[in-house]
Amino acid sequence: MLQAFLIILQRDLILAIRHRAELMNPMLFFVLVVVLFPLGIGAEATILERIAPGIIWIAALLSALLSLDRIFRTDMEDGSLEQMLISAQPMSLLILAKIIAHWIITGLPVVLVGPLLALFLGLSAEGIETLFFTLLLGTPVLSAIGSVGVALTVGLRRGGVVLSLLVLPLYVPVLIFASQAVDAAAAGFPTAAPIAMLSALLLLSLSLTPWAASAALKMSVS
Amino acid sequence: MIMRFIYQLGSPPYFYALSGRLLPWLSGLCFILFAAGLYGGLVLAPADYQQGDSFRIIYIHVPAAWMSLFVYMIMAFSGAMALIWRIKIAEIILINSAHIGAVFTFLALVTGSIWGKPMWGTWWVWDARLTSELLLLFLYLGIIALYSAIDDKRKAARAVAILALVGVVNIPIIHYSVEWWSTLHQGPTVTKFDKPSIDTRMLIPLLLMAFAYKFLYAIVVLLRARNDLLWRERRSQWVATLFSKEGA
Amino acid sequence: MEAFLKFIDMGGYAGYVWSSYGLALLVFGLSIILPLKEKRQLEKRIRRIIQNEKSVSK
Repeated sequence: MLQAFLIILQRDLILAIRHRAELMNPMLFFVLVVVLFPLGIGAEATILERIAPGIIWIAALLSALLSLDRIFRTDMEDGSLEQMLISAQPMSLLILAKIIAHWIITGLPVVLVGPLLALFLGLSAEGIETLFFTLLLGTPVLSAIGSVGVALTVGLRRGGVVLSLLVLPLYVPVLIFASQAVDAAAAGFPTAAPIAMLSALLLLSLSLTPWAASAALKMSVS
Repeated sequence: MIMRFIYQLGSPPYFYALSGRLLPWLSGLCFILFAAGLYGGLVLAPADYQQGDSFRIIYIHVPAAWMSLFVYMIMAFSGAMALIWRIKIAEIILINSAHIGAVFTFLALVTGSIWGKPMWGTWWVWDARLTSELLLLFLYLGIIALYSAIDDKRKAARAVAILALVGVVNIPIIHYSVEWWSTLHQGPTVTKFDKPSIDTRMLIPLLLMAFAYKFLYAIVVLLRARNDLLWRERRSQWVATLFSKEGA
Repeated sequence: MEAFLKFIDMGGYAGYVWSSYGLALLVFGLSIILPLKEKRQLEKRIRRIIQNEKSVSK
């Protein structure tokens, strides 16, 4: 079982490395969205510092949304998804591997670049440190919740808009707790509570969403 | 015994006949409850000492807000039934609840906003209740969008059932996070919408209206479910006999 | 008459109160009328389907 998990993880990562250009796109999108905010709002340092956590987290949400499709779409098109469904391995475990692979491909770059962008927006050192932790805890939740949405819409021709309508409301708690934690840290308040909530969300989503996604996939593929 | 009843209820002709017999009774009760609730709420209940007569919006707003959650719970419950036992009626109840649930949520939002204007001085405040109601509306719209995006309606019903279950797990989390967010940003929320002590003359119409809304929901769902059922089973024997009996 | 006017005025909040009640009436009315209208159309269509099948089987 563990072997199947590792094989899927490895396979998805290798596939992603082969399409390196595609790999960069979500991260470029993330950077671009963040850059648009100072241009739209004005480069006043106090305002930017104040809204930096929100900007970065919303950009992370959008770039996750943009790349969600790839969790299952290509596997659906070449038929390997059906093979996974009829294999003897528990589907939810394979989906967990795919979620983690997706996070490494699209979430991890955001986790690394986010603090750098926060520096440009003038966030304080404490804020940047907390931002890093919230991104580390929060972005896997985005991949996990997104996997359910993609599993439900993967068979559709125009699933993209429906997908964002399904997934974004479910992202709200992550957005709230993460940006609150950074806000609190930047203002010098303790951040234990929102960080604990984020960790709870992470555990909850990683343990529950693979089940929901596998049920949804069985429906979508049949 | 109960399982037998559920399976019997799950049979389309039985459900169609039973709901047809129930509808007049439900409509009558619903009408009486609305009449009593409106009379009590608009005429008998005294004006609020702080909000004056504007508090009478409560009789539209609060039951609608209750219903918005109640309908979602029903949808999740029938979603579970549809997934576990493959009961067709559960699927139909689930999907036909979505529109009326969205209507209740929309009504709660708009009347909350209308109420907010004299109370807060603006049409919209990012108050915890209004905000989570808004997110709930998006959950409803997501369900409706997913259902209409999938062409195969049996498949669509199962997808929607899964989504409703995912949503019902998330609602408390969303609600809690929004509450948390709002207390951080503007201090304790203005608790205008729920008073610990409320005059019985104000409370009784509220409860009457809440029941009236429940009956209204039942009526609308049955009407829509019957249509849906007729169309899905249009080639079946029981629909054919139903129409020949009517002497068409 | 005066009592009635006072009732309509709602202590100065007439616009807010009655627009809420009016909106409720509108959306609930539509929720009931639309399925009823749909049902009449459905019945017509199903009759036609049944008729067609009968004529085919003859």
